[in-house]
Amino acid sequence: MDPAKAAENTILEHLQSHDEIPDSQKFAASSGFDHGVVENVIKSLCGSRTIEANEIKEERWALTDEGKSYVDSGSPEVQFFRALPSEGEILMKDLEKKLDPTVYKVGPSAAIVNKWVTMRKEKREVPGSTKPETIVYVSRKINGVEDKVKDLLQKIEAGEAVDEKDVDALKRRKLVILQTWRGYSIRKGPEYVLVREKTATDLTREHIQRGDWKQLKFKEYNLSAQVQPIQIGYVQPLLEVKEEIQNIFLQMGFEEMPTNNYVESSFWNFDALFQPQQHPARDSHDTFFLKVPSTTKQLPEDYLERVKQVHQSGGYGSKGYEYDWKREEAEKNLLRTHTTAVSTRMLYKLAQQKSFVPKRYFSIDRVFRNEAVDRTHLAEFHQIEGLICDRGLSLGDLLGVLEDFFSRLGMTKLRFKPAYNPYTEPSMEIFSYHDGLKKWVEVGNSGMFRPEMLLPMGLPEDVNVIAWGLSLERPTMILYGIDNIRDLFGHKVDFDVIKNNPLCRLGLQ
Amino acid sequence: MPTVSVGRDRLFQLLGNDYTQEEFEALCFDFGIELDDVTTETAVIRKQNHQDNEEVGEDEEVIYKIEVPANRYDLLCLEGLARALRIYLGKDGIPVYRLSNIKRENLTKIHVKPETALVRPFVVCAILRGITFDEARYDSFIDLQDKLHQNICRKRSLVAIGTHDLDTIQGPFSYEAQSPEQIKFVPLKQVRSFTADELMEYYKTDNKLKAFLHIIKNSPVYPVIYDSNRTVLSLPPIINGAHSAISLQTRNVFIECTATDLTKAKIVLNMMVTMFSEYCQEKFEVEPVAVVHSDGSTSIYPDLSITNMKVDLSDISGSIGVSLPEQEVIHLLKKMQLQTEESLSQSGKSSIIVSIPPTRSDILHPRDVMEDVAIAYGYNNIPKSKPKCLTTGGWQPLNRFSDKIRAEVSRAGYLEVLTWILCSHEENFSMLKRVDAGNAVIIANPRSSEFQVVRNSLMSGLLKTLRHNKDHAKPIKIFEVGDVVIIDESNDVGAANNRRLAALYCNVYSGFEEIMGLVERIMTIVAKPHARSTEHYYEPSNLAEFFPNRQCSIGFKGKKIGNFGIVHPEVLSEFKIQDPCSFLEIDIQSLL
Repeated sequence: MDPAKAAENTILEHLQSHDEIPDSQKFAASSGFDHGVVENVIKSLCGSRTIEANEIKEERWALTDEGKSYVDSGSPEVQFFRALPSEGEILMKDLEKKLDPTVYKVGPSAAIVNKWVTMRKEKREVPGSTKPETIVYVSRKINGVEDKVKDLLQKIEAGEAVDEKDVDALKRRKLVILQTWRGYSIRKGPEYVLVREKTATDLTREHIQRGDWKQLKFKEYNLSAQVQPIQIGYVQPLLEVKEEIQNIFLQMGFEEMPTNNYVESSFWNFDALFQPQQHPARDSHDTFFLKVPSTTKQLPEDYLERVKQVHQSGGYGSKGYEYDWKREEAEKNLLRTHTTAVSTRMLYKLAQQKSFVPKRYFSIDRVFRNEAVDRTHLAEFHQIEGLICDRGLSLGDLLGVLEDFFSRLGMTKLRFKPAYNPYTEPSMEIFSYHDGLKKWVEVGNSGMFRPEMLLPMGLPEDVNVIAWGLSLERPTMILYGIDNIRDLFGHKVDFDVIKNNPLCRLGLQ
Repeated sequence: MPTVSVGRDRLFQLLGNDYTQEEFEALCFDFGIELDDVTTETAVIRKQNHQDNEEVGEDEEVIYKIEVPANRYDLLCLEGLARALRIYLGKDGIPVYRLSNIKRENLTKIHVKPETALVRPFVVCAILRGITFDEARYDSFIDLQDKLHQNICRKRSLVAIGTHDLDTIQGPFSYEAQSPEQIKFVPLKQVRSFTADELMEYYKTDNKLKAFLHIIKNSPVYPVIYDSNRTVLSLPPIINGAHSAISLQTRNVFIECTATDLTKAKIVLNMMVTMFSEYCQEKFEVEPVAVVHSDGSTSIYPDLSITNMKVDLSDISGSIGVSLPEQEVIHLLKKMQLQTEESLSQSGKSSIIVSIPPTRSDILHPRDVMEDVAIAYGYNNIPKSKPKCLTTGGWQPLNRFSDKIRAEVSRAGYLEVLTWILCSHEENFSMLKRVDAGNAVIIANPRSSEFQVVRNSLMSGLLKTLRHNKDHAKPIKIFEVGDVVIIDESNDVGAANNRRLAALYCNVYSGFEEIMGLVERIMTIVAKPHARSTEHYYEPSNLAEFFPNRQCSIGFKGKKIGNFGIVHPEVLSEFKIQDPCSFLEIDIQSLL
């Protein structure tokens, strides 16, 4: 029979007539089973509640290999004693040949300590040498000895109690070591039966073919056990949020702008936005300028002339900035600092069409700032931008669109603060009340593009553009409670963060 | 946004109201400024000295740090801030800044020598007569110069301000440009005299002044202002002379602004005099100075004239989205320091003439007037409306296509990562065993070695990500869809983005077949209807980043669009990766 089945039968039979099996180790030893097999059977029987088991864990002394060898042949001191003649002396050298090396090494000293033997040393001249040779004789001091060590080892092996002092001595001689002992005490369980019914764990093809699933009893599932992770693919959390925000824009009738141009000229990034050439944002402290390719060669000449004029001397109802505008500054290449550079290109394109058509545009893409990197700032991040271009748009329209957009992001309480931005007038900072933080937090910027930006493009005079922008990272960090941006974006993100991130629920309200 | 530090109690005293912090914050919010920080003098000093925060004494003066809009230079000091808020609250009318009535021939003069055109061509001046300083006013006077220098003056490069005790010097003055060794004087805070070239050397180690030396350093001549006794007033934009230094006792102040930008010099001078003429014997009165140019012509400064701007009422109402009667617009503008002089009606369009005082240099266009109406009305009081235009939403095809590829690769069991566009030069080249062949965008002014190059491949980003997760359970399968930038002469800016897919497989074995399987899957799904499915092919390649003979290129319609292979062990070792990897990078833009 299968040893597991045999062990199961033996255990169940034993419990039929006994209340308890107090020690599975002893039980296994006495019934001739390996304890490993017995342990598996106990676990299985517990699973079906046939039995109940309590784990017993204790530290017990066990014999080392050397200790074990003395259980059969006696302690080395006794072996040594027995090798001596009952009467008279024997040469130590002669004993060396007769005895096991360990016995010869350890035996004599222990026998001397026990005062069982005496030694006599004699010096003898060696021919041809100046040094005399010492020869040792041993003889018995008493007639017979008791092998206490062997008795103790036997007791320990049998699991009997032994005096602590004796154990200490054996430990020092490395004959015993402390081992963690594990076993079980077993009693009948609530579902106790003498013979357990056969249960199946899984429904197999054979079960279905044979049809025996009808008779079979299936083992109950342990639903509290840890669930095996499945092998799947994962989407980056920041990009999942990006996708939902894209969806919000699409639902609101916005068309995506082509933002796949990280390298931009200062002209499209700044000048065309009526951002003066001495503006601090154009400092190398804020903007990445390029060594290669350092400048832009092609710029729309007519438009460039109008932009130059509006900076230098105004026009379109403006007095301009009244400074000496330099083409070289406009030609300097950079990594775009905002996606508004793309919006500007789009609006310029729109203005070149024969008849004006209103547009709603959006984009979410990478922008670059030459700033110090910390827990909330990176040299690159994603800008979300939305804009509407139409005749007669008002600040009230901007407030209405922002309310619509941000409520879809779950921000329903908004406040607007006057602000300054070179290319929007009026400009508004958007604040949202955060229920968790219990305060108003800035969530974005907005405004109406300046006439000095729109009119040189050739857009009709009554056309207004309302626009807003925010970063993708900040709302995502608030959404997922992340306080270090590098845990969300970049090469230091932990795979487990990506794997365990919950679904983005934006747009599900 | 610049920040102005003002004493809270002094500000509230000037505003004539003892606000709670919340009330004051609400006022700031509506007006468009922001209470950024609340601190004390000693806390500021402690912070400067990097000391830990100790108990704040109860009697210490509380300092409000207030953020103001970057174009509102008139709010850069306590005087201007309090004045603007008092007018906004309706407690004051709009002040009229005027020039004192002096006969032209009695004006103090400054003669401009032609050589100044070589280094710093413009100078504008003014005099504040009968001024009374106390410690707070004096500090504010110095602070405003600092703030103006930091902001509109672009760290003194465009404009530099010098202020002098007029009673220690004697006009007429002269603005000259001389070679450095010819200029010799005792500078501020020194007791001995220096020549200008000695000074430039001396200030190299001065924490504050060393930042300004570059402005004139390479010029053969340095600008200098003398009085009629050849006393040096200043060596702009570096330092004033010790002789004419102002003090708490100074009664008459001579202000000179030297510049490379005349418009900004005029604005800066106007700010100085409009803010501090408040403390003159004749309040808001400024004594002009005649600047005699080298061609003999004369200009009188400061120019405190009021500019008139015609603004259509319908433009204001229409752009805000609220119908406002003329009287209300006039009332609202008054709160923002804008006087409306008259109204007229032409062909049914009513418009107003708005007077823009010299303090409001930020107003360039009627749109700026409209903004002031909106602020005074209250942004949060404007009724919300919905834009009426009908438009349809739409994706960029390339982005939509990329999303579909991303979905497919994650369906194939890959984990998506998102890495930075910027990387170090060695990460983009030598660590991948590649050489810089000049087709990558190079940053001119990186703040750190992390940001030297715009990536032209996604490979180093994925390897870096793997390095940070190398103890993760194997196999590791990661991917990224993103843009690289390649030099492209045919594009206006000289470079163009290219959309790529990169995937990396890492295990105890290389996983070449896994990656090849992914390529095959991608190529299967990108096939267009009715197109032959055999449009792609593989050819052995010989790239340094891959293991020899364990790599190939992907061809598509006769063009190489990507590569994959087993990553070279030397590359792995550069990224401190111990397990074999296979890597794929493919241009998906050409599959669209």
